Amino acid sequence: MNRTSWFNVVSLTLGFAFLYIPMIILIVFSFNESKLVTVWAGFSTKWYGELMQNEAFLNAAWVTIKVAVFSSTIATVLGTMAAYVMVRGGRFRGRTLFSGMIYAPLVMPEVITGLSLLLLFIGIGLDRGVLTIVLAHTTFSMCYVSVVVSSRLVTFDRSLEEAALDLGCSPAQAFRLVTLPIIAPAVISGWLLAFTLSLDDLVIASFTTGPSATTLPIKIFSAVRLGVSPEINALSTIMIAIVTFGVITTSLVSKHQMVRQKREEQEAVRN
Amino acid sequence: MRRFFLIATPYAWLLLLFLVPFAIVVKISLSDTALAIPPYTPKFSWVDGIWAYLSQLDFENFIFLTEDDLYWKAYLSSFKIATISTALTLMVGYPIAYAMARAPSEWRPTLMMLVILPFWTSFLIRVYAWMGILSNEGYLNQLLLWSGIIDTPLTILNTNTAVYIGIVYTYLPFMILPIYSALERLDDSLIEAAEDLGCSRLTGFWLVTIPLSKTGIIAGCFLVFIPALGEFVIPSLLGGSNSLMIGKVLWEEFFSNRDWPVASAVAVILLLLLVIPIVLFQRNQQKQQEAEQ
Repeated sequence: MNRTSWFNVVSLTLGFAFLYIPMIILIVFSFNESKLVTVWAGFSTKWYGELMQNEAFLNAAWVTIKVAVFSSTIATVLGTMAAYVMVRGGRFRGRTLFSGMIYAPLVMPEVITGLSLLLLFIGIGLDRGVLTIVLAHTTFSMCYVSVVVSSRLVTFDRSLEEAALDLGCSPAQAFRLVTLPIIAPAVISGWLLAFTLSLDDLVIASFTTGPSATTLPIKIFSAVRLGVSPEINALSTIMIAIVTFGVITTSLVSKHQMVRQKREEQEAVRN
Repeated sequence: MRRFFLIATPYAWLLLLFLVPFAIVVKISLSDTALAIPPYTPKFSWVDGIWAYLSQLDFENFIFLTEDDLYWKAYLSSFKIATISTALTLMVGYPIAYAMARAPSEWRPTLMMLVILPFWTSFLIRVYAWMGILSNEGYLNQLLLWSGIIDTPLTILNTNTAVYIGIVYTYLPFMILPIYSALERLDDSLIEAAEDLGCSRLTGFWLVTIPLSKTGIIAGCFLVFIPALGEFVIPSLLGGSNSLMIGKVLWEEFFSNRDWPVASAVAVILLLLLVIPIVLFQRNQQKQQEAEQ
């Protein structure tokens, strides 16, 4: 039923205004000529130029991307394994503990996760740096990946796997040739989620890093504590642009895929 | 063999990097503070055996927490801030979720994407955006002064009000999405039936729509409340010296005071406080899953 009453229109308008106006202001004022961020003094792209020459930010960006690529890739492998075990693994000893350990990091306050991992790294004498951040990020993002992938595994028709096994596939072949292609969109969105979570994370990275590795959020946080600055506005605008582009592209691609899949299914039924 | 490998790899990873670290936190919360680095003296070695361990357990850090007012106040005020901002998020989020579920179905994917998009944008940047809006010479004050509503700038940044706004803003998608998915499944004929039987639109909403979206409301509230309780970034950027939150206290205890045992004890108590809402949340999710099947 489409009862589009004035009330609904107003709440949608206000709601989205609330969600988007702060970011639009941020973007607009990144093109401000003045150093005073709250006073408009004309259009300029000079803060972007200054950002490109700020080596500390560029180094931090490079560290952040490295950490995000490694941690999200390992997390996708481990998270997909965990999801497969949870949905298809049947019963095994310690299954309850396992599912608890997958869900707990999703709701754990970051300060606790960060503190506990730091104490572990110190306890085993691991030097803190890129490696320790990767380990920390992998641990919490594999749980997100496993939730995303298992929600796809639950809905998919198991008889397809069984058919592959009946036709002589080994379990590994069945996984590679049947299961993986079907769950691939979920695996990819799991990877993207893990990647973004890693890019965003301030608290856990602050706890688990050492002096050798500063990530972009740590850098931004220490700059922002001193107040609003046009350079940070420019950096934020770049990050918002990348995320918006990524989200819109993936949603278009997945929509396209869904339409194609539906058409194939219909054709299969017709034949 | 392959199955063992499949189970053992993620299992071992989580054991080593999730469960063992917690055991260490608990252990250190029961140790003495020492000035050496790492600043704690371990109170436990396996050789001593369990009995020796129990006899030398040291609750001094926990006693310290109960004696110092700061910690009580921090837990209470985190609880207060998390509760109020969860209620505010529900009040802001429900109408949006409701309107989304009522919107023409061809709009819904776009509306969904508009809600999800901020969630993918950096949390830190979204909090930062409000610093420019709420400060004394910020955009909000400029607007209000210009329009003549106020004569002197309002102080919002560095108060609890700014913390509420920050939490509502950043966690709004977590409230909207579960409520939306509950409302979208709602069978409209139920509301029509209520109206045919003499309910006004409002009573119909109150007696039919709200109860049927209850699982979504509960899920949304927990998804906001649980992380808000341990929040660090929002109170430290938007809050003032009087917006005491336990995440901030833990951070300062650790990074500024370098008192690891006390920081660990703060973490252990925060975790114990979170166990109840987390268990309730899990139960709600299970109920929902069963209802779907």
